[in-house]
Formats: sequence, structure tokens, C-alpha cells
Amino acid sequence: MPRRITLSLLLLFAAVVIQAPARADQTADQLTGLTAKSFNAKIAAVETLAASGDARVVAPLTALLEGRLHIRKADGAIVIVKTRNGEDFFFDPLTGAPLGEAKPRSSNKIRLNNRLRGVLHGALGALTLFSPEVAQRLTAAQAMFKSAGAESLLPLAKAYLQETDASVRAALARTLAAVRLRHGSDEEKLLAAKMLADFPDRDVRDLLANTAQTAQGELLAAVARTSKGIERRLSFFNILQYLFQGLSLGSVLLLAAIGLAITFGVMGVINMAHGEMVMLGAYTTHVAQVIFHGYFPGAYTQSLLLAIPCAFLVTGLFGILLERSVIRFLYGRPLETLLATWGLSLILQQFVRSVFGPTNREVIAPSWMSGSIEITGGLALTNNRICIIVFAILVFLVLTLLIRYTDFGLRMRAVTQNRAMADAVGIRSSWVDAMTFGLGSGVAGLAGVALSQIDNVSPNLGQGYIIDSFLVVVFGGVGNLWGTLVAALTLGLGNKFLEPYAGAVLGKILILVLVILFIQKRPRGLFALKGRAAES
Amino acid sequence: MKLNASTWIFAALLAGITIIVPTLNLALPETSALHVPTYALSLFGKYLSFALLALSVDLIWGYCGILSLGHGAFFALGGYAMGMHLMRQIGERGVYGNAELPDFMVFLNWQELPWYWYGFDSFGFALAMAMLVPGALALIFGWFAFRSRVSGVYLSIITQAMTFALMLAFFRNDMGFGGNNGLTDFKEILGFDLHSQGTRVALFIASGIALLAGFVLCRMIVASKLGKILVGIRDAESRTRFLGYRVEHYKLFVFTLSAVMAGIAGALYVPQVGIINPGEFAPANSIEIVVWVALGGRGTLIGAIMGAVLVNLAKSYLTAAFPEIWLFALGGLFVGVTLFLPKGIAGAAGSVGLARLIGARGRP
Repeated sequence: MPRRITLSLLLLFAAVVIQAPARADQTADQLTGLTAKSFNAKIAAVETLAASGDARVVAPLTALLEGRLHIRKADGAIVIVKTRNGEDFFFDPLTGAPLGEAKPRSSNKIRLNNRLRGVLHGALGALTLFSPEVAQRLTAAQAMFKSAGAESLLPLAKAYLQETDASVRAALARTLAAVRLRHGSDEEKLLAAKMLADFPDRDVRDLLANTAQTAQGELLAAVARTSKGIERRLSFFNILQYLFQGLSLGSVLLLAAIGLAITFGVMGVINMAHGEMVMLGAYTTHVAQVIFHGYFPGAYTQSLLLAIPCAFLVTGLFGILLERSVIRFLYGRPLETLLATWGLSLILQQFVRSVFGPTNREVIAPSWMSGSIEITGGLALTNNRICIIVFAILVFLVLTLLIRYTDFGLRMRAVTQNRAMADAVGIRSSWVDAMTFGLGSGVAGLAGVALSQIDNVSPNLGQGYIIDSFLVVVFGGVGNLWGTLVAALTLGLGNKFLEPYAGAVLGKILILVLVILFIQKRPRGLFALKGRAAES
Repeated sequence: MKLNASTWIFAALLAGITIIVPTLNLALPETSALHVPTYALSLFGKYLSFALLALSVDLIWGYCGILSLGHGAFFALGGYAMGMHLMRQIGERGVYGNAELPDFMVFLNWQELPWYWYGFDSFGFALAMAMLVPGALALIFGWFAFRSRVSGVYLSIITQAMTFALMLAFFRNDMGFGGNNGLTDFKEILGFDLHSQGTRVALFIASGIALLAGFVLCRMIVASKLGKILVGIRDAESRTRFLGYRVEHYKLFVFTLSAVMAGIAGALYVPQVGIINPGEFAPANSIEIVVWVALGGRGTLIGAIMGAVLVNLAKSYLTAAFPEIWLFALGGLFVGVTLFLPKGIAGAAGSVGLARLIGARGRP
């Protein structure tokens, strides 16, 4: 694909004489054109400078735009005025070398009018194409897509030929094609319309739609063909986007529900305070960050990593405390447990509200978690969502391995399957209960760390997830982590794929109704436990 | 079917309250120490509708073991039915002065009344709907759930999902029920000004009578053979089924009846508080109802009524006097009752020898 672009570009610009980079003296000569009296002459000078493609002219042109480009009265030389510590100094416009202190009224500002400002903006945009920074070049190339006129063709083509970075090259090719489509000759327009097929994004689609209104004959056919291709690609990207959002929602649900799957599934405890454990985890993240930053300001990555074990320990210990003080008296009475833990959740909410206040608390994300990965113009994956998906998978894997391969996991499964028999072979089932509850709560705390990155850290944080979590666990089948995984992903994907057709709220309602209906069909969830354990 | 003495005593007590409180409000001068102010009367009327709601939950939870965490939905549906009638009664006295459409529809630029609002001009129709809609929902929901033997915790969670889904639905503006503002700004009921003392007294009496009727009906049910089977289902569902009883039918009957009672409670509640909004569907509300019953003592009927009134009295007092404390108190109540008073107040009273007096029948 890039090969095709290059070839067509070379064809397009075969007739254009590409100037060699201007030599320093030549650029300096061209710079003096700015001293001209008439604005027309100045504009001409700016255009010449811009067309030179010499990156060094960015400094004087920026200074001109900001009113800092002066003419020194003593020798008529062009200088840039900068203020350092309240005093003005002269600098060389091209090399940036200091030229001594600027006495008041020793220089005259080069005057501007609005037309000149406009030309300067355009010229600077084109010149940034030659910036040494890849990011700046990319921004410039993308920014010129909508606005660039015919005069930008030359610098764009030059930049394209010089460019070494692949992403900037692609952006340049896209912008070039757009400019050609708007301002080129008929053959150029046709070629541009075909080339744009390589850039399936919304801006290109809009540009093509605009062009189609005036285009005729062969060009119209080409534009229509390209548009159709782009529409197809875009709808494919849309599906990918829903897939990603669905996975992201699914991983959030998985994180929120997996702790519950342990306490509810393994122990049969309906822990309505589970959402509050998540909330406590989020607040632990906040507190860890505040404390950590007292000593190491700005270390956001480390504080977040530190928050993970902290949240696990805090909520885990809290869970053990709850189990020992309240829940162990209620085993075998699931409905009573539900009420007691609901009461606990109210107390915890009010406790947090009293301590931290009712308003949202801020958890600052490390810089690498903000931003997004842009696959193409139509598809962007946000970093924090990707992190949460990865984190959810990690938590799930660790838990599965823990339950499958460790001694504790073995005891846990033994108690789940047959408590009396486990007691008989010497497993302290009450101890296993406490630890299991602690583990489930700790995992909820981990979910809190993740959710603090995407949701408001407020006393009501947990409330928003508790019903969904229960649905996930019940849908997946109690006592089965894989069921929870499948259920969380199914609900997440289902929700996101229904959203565009039904709207966010109606989609959610539909999902709820579907789950309710599903429970009628399979009262024990997707993956029901078989055997005696299922009878209770 | 024979009702025991405690039922008559409590029924007489309820009837007494229904007569005496309005008398204290109407007959005594405001200066008198025994005078009941109108706002207190309305507040108490609200508690009576809550008590009816608690009664409906106790009937299914206490006697049939069905823990519904979505009973607030039936209550709210009944409330909406009544609210729709009151909304139609506003007529052209609304802010926009539109005789055909309620204010919020004018605001949303709707041109005509949706079909499901037809008929709510009539009080009788609205009252029928307040019972039929919750009843029909319970019938359909219960038919699905009980037929496939969804029980225990699973049933609790799907009832919760049901009320949650309804809450989301009623929050939507295009549902045609006023979105998150709900229905409010009512003017009159059956031609009487809703804010007048006389109307409020009448509503109080209506709530009292409804509660009394609900109580006697529930008592009759639980004292009958049907009631014995319900308790059998509660304590040993499989065994009852093996004995040849159609467990699903019994459950469905009592669940639907309970939803109708909750709907009536909602219809009585709305004119007394003057607003109904989707917040009533919130799952937390439904759980709170269960706590009233748990505190009073499940499976006693009288306990449910006492629990509802006591918790709401405490709520009214605490949220006004110590707003910070209320959630601590309610939460503590949940934990404390389940840990230390598993049979509720009525059950605890029963265990110290008052059982015969109040007819407590707590679960062993």
C-alpha cells in the first residue's frame, strides 16, 4: 500500500521542481524581504520563506506573528526580541545566537495586518512539517488535512519525500491526497479519490461526501467507489470498537463480580457489602496516593502499583473481620446474611461519607494510562481500558491458579464440595471460611483499584456495581470462576452491541430482562454445579 | 376458619387508631395537648400505607419463604397508576394550561396522549389498574419463576433485577411517565382539594381501612388450610410437592395477591405524599421493606405492621434530627436484628411469654 502511494505521488509531482534545501545565505537574503514597507511584499517574502522548507525560518516567523521580530535601528538588521528577567535582549533570527541587550527604543517592530497573520499561520503550519519532533510533524500533517490550500502542495510534497517516519508519511499522503482532491487538475483529483481509499476514517468520508456533491462523470464514480469502500471499512471498525468496549465493560464486570463469585459461590454467602469492599479498595488507592505523594511527589505509577497490594490487604483484612464478627453466625441462613450484609454496606457507606465527605475523591492516573492507541482514524483504544482488561485477566488467572494448585485452594474446594467430610479429614473449615471471605473481599479491593481509574471515587461507587455483579455470578453459575468469566464477557459484549440499536438505558434493560428469562431456563446459571453440592 | 383472639384484639386496635386519630385531629382545638396536627396525620397515614406494604411482604416471605427484593416495584406501579389519575385531574390548571396533556408531555413537545394513559381520567379505572398492573406483572413474573423452580437466593436476585430494570425504564423520558421527575403537583382527588384537612383525614381513614382489611385477609389466609400448605412450602418445599400439592400454584397465588396488596399500598401512598418518581423502584427501597418485616418479626403479620411503623417513625425522627446517624442506625438495625433478634420484635416478645397475646408464630 505505501508503495502504491509513493508511486502515485512521484507521478503526481514529476512536474514539480523540488528545490534543494536553501543555503543559509539564501535564507538570510530571503529574510530581509520582511523589512519591506508594503504588506504585499511582506506576504510574498513569507511565502518564499515558507516554500524554502528550511526549518530554521520557523523561529523568525513565529516571532513575527507574536510581534517580537524587530528591525534594529543601528544597522537595519532583523532581530528577535526576547524578555529575560524583565529585560529585553536581541537574538539572531536564524541561529538564535544572543546579540546583546536591547536598549529601549533601539529597534522597530515589524508591523502586521490580518492578511499577513493569516498567511503566517498557514506558512507556520506547513513549516512545522519539517520540525525535528515526530509528534509535531504528525500533528501538522493531520491538522492540514481540512484547511490546507493549493499553496501547501509544494511543502507537503517535499515533506513527504524527506519523511522517514511511517506514521507521518501516511498522514502526509492522506493530507496531500485531500489537497489534490480539492485543488488539483482533473486527473489529479481522480487519482486522489482513488488514493484516499487507503485512509478509511470519518474525515475522509466527509471530504468525499462533500466532493461528491460537485463531482461529475468519472470522478463521481471514483469518489462513490472509494466512499463505499470506506463505509464498509468504517462499519467494520465500528464492530471492532463495540467489541473493545464490550470487552472493557466485561472486564470491569468480571473484576467486580469475581470476588463475589468466591464468597457467594464457594461459601453461599450473599455479600451485599461486596460493592462497598470495591469502594473501600478505591478509597485505599486514593489514600495510598495521597500518602505516597507526601514523600515522592509525582510518582503516580509507583503509587498506583503500591495501591494494588494495599487495597488487597485492607479490604481482605476487613473481610476477615466481617466474617469473624458477623457472617459466621449466619451460615446456612443465606437470606439473613443478605440482610445483615446490606446493613453493613449502609454503615460502610455512611462511614466513608463521614470520613471523606460526600464528594468525589481524585485518583490521578499515571500518564501512560491516559491517552489512547489509535489503530486508524476510525478506531481508538483508550489506554486505561486496555490496562483494566489486562488487569482483569491477570487477576482471573492468578485466582484460578490459586484455587487449582495451592494447598489453600485445595482446602477451599474441599470445604465447598463437602463441608462435613472436609471437617472429618482435619481441615479447619471455619478457618478456611474466614480466609476465603478475606480472599473474596481482597479481590473486590483490587477491583476498586481498577475502578478508581475509570469511575468516580465516591461513597456510592459500590452501589453501582452490586446488582450487575450478582447478575454475573448468578448468570454464570454459582461456584464456578469460568462461568463468571463467560457471564461477565457475555453481559459486557451484549450490552455494548445492543447499545447502538436500543440506546444505553434500553440496552441495559433488555440485558436485565434477558438474564431474568435465562434464569427461568437454567435456574442454576450457565455452568451449574452438578452433584450433591447443587442440592442445597 | 377460626381467627384467634389476638387477631381480633389487633384488628380492634387498628380500627381504634383509624377512628381516634382523625377525631383527635378534627374535634380537638389546636391548643389542646391531645390535638393531632394535620401534617402528623398525613405522616401517619403514610406509615399505614407502608404497613400494608410490609404486610404484603410478610405474607410471602414469612409464610411462604419467598424473599422478594423487588416488592417496591409493585408498590411503585400502584403508585404510578394513582399518580396518573391525579395527573389527569389537574386538567388545565397545570403550568402550561393544557387540558389534554400533563405538563411534562407539553414540555417534551408531545402532541397527543399515549394510549396507555387512556382511561386514567376515571378514578375507578385508575384504582383497578393500581391493582391489576402489579398483579399482572407478579402473575407473569411468578409464573415464569415458580414454574422453573427458581427459588431462594436466585429468586431474590432476579426480583431485584426486575425492580432495577423498571427503575431504569421509568427514568426514561420517552416512557411517558415523567422521567426522573415523576408525577407530582397534584391538585385534587375525586373533586376534593388534596391539601385540605378533610381530604387528608379521609385518606388516612382509607389507609387505615385498607390496612385493617389487608390484615384480616392475611390472617384468614394463614389460618386456613391454604395457609398451612404455604407454611409447608416454606419449611419443606420438596416434601410438600411430593405430598401431591402443586407448589407453583400456591406460590403464584400468594405472590400475586401480595403484589396486589403492595399496589393498593402504593395507590394510598401517592396522594398522601403528593409525588411518585422512579426512585421508588430503587432496589434499596425494596430491601428496606424487608427490614421492616425482619425487625417486626417475619411470619407474624402483626410484627410486619409494627416494624414498618417503628422503622419509619425512627427514620422520620433521625433524618430530621441527626441526618448523619440515620444510615448507621438503619445499617446497625439490619445487623443487630439478624444477629440478635432472628425472630424480630414479635418473636422476641413471644419468647418471653407474650406469644399467646400477640399470636407470634416465628420460624423455628
